[in-house]
Amino acid sequence: MKRVYPREEVCIGCHLCEIACIVEHSASKDIIKAFKAETPRPTARNLVEEEGAISFSVSCRHCNEPPCVQACISGAMVKDYQSGVVRHLEEKCMGCWSCIMACPYGVIRKNPVRKTVIKCDLCPERPIPACVEACPNRALIFEER
Amino acid sequence: MEYVIIGNGVAAIGAVEGIRQWDAASPITIVSAEPYKVYGRPLISHLLAGKIHESDIFYRSDDYYDLRGVKLLLGMRAVQILPDKRKVASSDGRMLPFDRLLIATGGIPFMPPLPGRDGPDVYTFTTLDDVRKIEVLIGKAKKIVVIGGGLIGLKVSESLHDRGIRVTVVELADRILSTAFDPIAGEIIRKHLTEMGMEIILQNSATEIVRENGHIRAVIMSDGTRRDCEAVVIAIGVVPNISLVEGTGIKTNRGILTDDFMETSVSGIYAAGDVAEAHDLLLGQRRVTPIWPVAYLQGQYAGFNMAGAKIAYRGSIPMNSIEFYGIPTVSIGLSNPVGENYEVRHMYLPERNLYRKIVLKDHLLAGAVLVGRIQRAGILTGLILNRIDCESFKEELLKDDFGLINLPVEVRKKMLAVNP
Repeated sequence: MKRVYPREEVCIGCHLCEIACIVEHSASKDIIKAFKAETPRPTARNLVEEEGAISFSVSCRHCNEPPCVQACISGAMVKDYQSGVVRHLEEKCMGCWSCIMACPYGVIRKNPVRKTVIKCDLCPERPIPACVEACPNRALIFEER
Repeated sequence: MEYVIIGNGVAAIGAVEGIRQWDAASPITIVSAEPYKVYGRPLISHLLAGKIHESDIFYRSDDYYDLRGVKLLLGMRAVQILPDKRKVASSDGRMLPFDRLLIATGGIPFMPPLPGRDGPDVYTFTTLDDVRKIEVLIGKAKKIVVIGGGLIGLKVSESLHDRGIRVTVVELADRILSTAFDPIAGEIIRKHLTEMGMEIILQNSATEIVRENGHIRAVIMSDGTRRDCEAVVIAIGVVPNISLVEGTGIKTNRGILTDDFMETSVSGIYAAGDVAEAHDLLLGQRRVTPIWPVAYLQGQYAGFNMAGAKIAYRGSIPMNSIEFYGIPTVSIGLSNPVGENYEVRHMYLPERNLYRKIVLKDHLLAGAVLVGRIQRAGILTGLILNRIDCESFKEELLKDDFGLINLPVEVRKKMLAVNP
């Protein structure tokens, strides 16, 4: 399957990937409305880590043997073996944080609005995830490895 | 190839998913005494608390078994395993033939001998049926004594408290959560639960359940004090449910002994989950690790190997993520190690209920406890499981915003560049 891979040597920490993710997961899909009018503002499902000149963007790796799926107590986290995507079924999520405890990449976060978690869904409505498309430096690569 | 699985908990589901990754078609039969499709067992406290509906508790979709070619025999007990004949006898008189068998019978609550124990209104708390039984007390009972201050005892207490019942927890040790937590984390949670209105008694134990005309009236403690109550929940712990293998030649210790492939001492028969004694990654010996993610993983690896994949199970580490009235907690690995050779560091802000502790051994992370802030806790889990040398960044591990950026660049790049 195609996954998003970060390249920290060319990431400048501009956070455009986070902005693109917020817009993609907003109700309006409009940058101004998403940031100014939608309350609560949608949460980015990726995360830019930075310290000094080092930065990179991380999001769900859609693991082949996902620890989050193994740890989930409610069946909200599922691996779709056809597409390879690790899907989070929000309506089944109880907010027990077992997936947060299990994910070795630290890319599942608490949903600030509901007592659930939130993570990358690989933008199911797009051929290329919004974060990858928004990156000005090709610091996010969407490919098969 | 014919597969039979005894039990229908998360280890059984792990096994179905493990088998089906290698064998798409051979028939699988699950025989389970519980009359329900698989449910999220840890969710029973949410159900009792009234936070979720019973329909929310099911772990997989209704057509899950059909879609995977699994025949489900529910409400039926496996009564005997006949290893030589390669058959399992079930309570309705059937003989189920197998080529590969998985024993995933889980654990059963340990019930201490206690005067007054036998009779109505003494409960345990590990199954959906337990919730249905306890549910009858809601609105009727005013006071309940919970024996045992571990995870199960505290979660049932919280749920009962949420439903308007006054709860007293009695714990023999000098702290609650003594298995998963260390003294500081246990004290933070004890204080918090007490402030929420629960009574927690330490270093004491129940010596008698007092009954009048059969009805529970009180519990007498070992220090001679007495707590009036109308019901008792016993939550001292669970023990592997191994009675089925007695006399079969399948070797047991506390649980059913398994090798690196989750196979028991009898070829073709496997065990996984709370009933199994399997390789522990940190202790380097076999051990029962009765927690949900481990049960899934052991089940999955049993499934792989039942289907002939020959993939060794890497070993278990204990881990728990539990929230107590808004305080999230995570404990991973050796949270309270005994002996020398461990390097323990912690950060504790009592006024904010924030606590973070890490345990190192030979430059490797061996355990962690997080209270209050648990975000990205899994990075620590990954460091433990992947045996990453932490010496060069061990100072950073206590930061509550510890991230991948704190890892050595070559470790991080390898993690993020490869197909996970």
